[in-house]
Amino acid sequence: MITLEKLNFSYANTAPVFETFNWQVQRGERWALLGPSGCGKTTLLYILAGLRFPTSGELLIDGEKITRPRPHSGLILQEYGLLPWATVQENVELGLRVRGFYGADGIHAPRGETPVNFDVLPLLKDLRLDTLTDKYPSQISGGQRQRTAIARTLILNPDLLLMDEPFSSLDALTRADLQNLTLKLCDEKNLTLIMVTHAIEEAAIMGNKILLLGNPPNTEPLIIDNPNAEKEGYRDSQAYTELCQDLRQRMEKA
Amino acid sequence: MKKQDVFLAALAIFLFWQISALIVDRNILPSPVLVIQVFFKELFNGKMLEHAAASLWRVMASMFLSVALAAPAGLILGQSKRLNRFFSPVIYLLYPIPKVVLVPIVLLFLGIGDLPKIVIIFMILFFQILVLVRDQAAGLPAELIQSVRSLGAGRRALFRFVYLPASLPAILTALRQSVGTAVAVLYIAELFATQRGLGYYIYFNGSTLFDYPAMYAGVLAMSLLGLGLYFTVDWLEHRLCKWQFVE
Repeated sequence: MITLEKLNFSYANTAPVFETFNWQVQRGERWALLGPSGCGKTTLLYILAGLRFPTSGELLIDGEKITRPRPHSGLILQEYGLLPWATVQENVELGLRVRGFYGADGIHAPRGETPVNFDVLPLLKDLRLDTLTDKYPSQISGGQRQRTAIARTLILNPDLLLMDEPFSSLDALTRADLQNLTLKLCDEKNLTLIMVTHAIEEAAIMGNKILLLGNPPNTEPLIIDNPNAEKEGYRDSQAYTELCQDLRQRMEKA
Repeated sequence: MKKQDVFLAALAIFLFWQISALIVDRNILPSPVLVIQVFFKELFNGKMLEHAAASLWRVMASMFLSVALAAPAGLILGQSKRLNRFFSPVIYLLYPIPKVVLVPIVLLFLGIGDLPKIVIIFMILFFQILVLVRDQAAGLPAELIQSVRSLGAGRRALFRFVYLPASLPAILTALRQSVGTAVAVLYIAELFATQRGLGYYIYFNGSTLFDYPAMYAGVLAMSLLGLGLYFTVDWLEHRLCKWQFVE
């Protein structure tokens, strides 16, 4: 689904973050992008989101070169993603309104889909937001805010979910709750997930594949398979603990 | 603030005025009872309504003009670092100049009529709105912009769905903060080269006719004008920016 070929990226006047970097993502995979701060994991996510562009090399998603945010990719950030002046419901409707604003031009919105009469309530109900529709972001908890951000993305029927440390400012229980919710949604809607995280435990839970990035420049992708992530009771399993240890050692070495 | 408390405060002010008038006991401080009587008489039977309408029109026109020009300019400067770098030294120099000292110059150039008065007030409001809207637009978190862009928003949709609603509170705050100054400067401007407006009415009654109750009625009218504008902006702010007042 996603192909990075000989990707180079550097910010103006600094050393490159990625150098001839190759990477492939298949449809339905769940990737965790793990690494210390400054390793370029968020940069990579923004490139995938079409918000930053490689200095050279190629990024293809579904065979198409990415020159702007792709209508079928959903992006969820750590904070500040919601409009503070809009209610939960208005925030969830935002993407639909943007699409209605441009019409189905195939650039800002997929061709042939101009949402006019949309009903976001069923989705709000699914995400336990139906009692909060008239609340503003400042009135709800961090977990509720992120559920709103997820709803806003899902209403647009994405096939690719890009998340940048979405749960790192939440308390442990809420975080686990939202991790499970995300996994469930990926499963139900057959989403491809790419989640940036600096937390080893989160990477081990969310990713059935983990891309480990180190100090830039990143040249060879370091990929760790995590097939056990699919299994029941994985959070409490031996395999999970071992993977976390393994990841920690690798990060310390890198 | 409770409505009842505001009413009580108004009552207290009138009481203070009444007592002062009794103590001073001179025609230059008439009692509020007399002034209010004259106020209504002048308003409905006299010329005051005409003068008040002229003043109101001047302030409203300046408010409209300044929002219409300063808000887009502020939005553009807030979005473009390069333009802002270019213009901000100019704004930095012009913003703090007390615009009221420009009254004689503007009158020299624009002469009599409404235009010079509107221009003076416009200059005050323009910079206030420009600076607040610019800073509001520039201060929007990058994450917010990026996530709305990821929903497919290009430049036009960002304007419509992010920058415009974000600048609304800044516009209203600027208006609320400067409406008092605007009315004050209107008074000054109406002392020159006009025979219409509450400023002229106050001055004429006080210095030429020595009709102090009428002069006080004019002062009352001008105060009510400022107060009314302030309350209107405040009301708009509560209505249009509900999110700022929720708990």
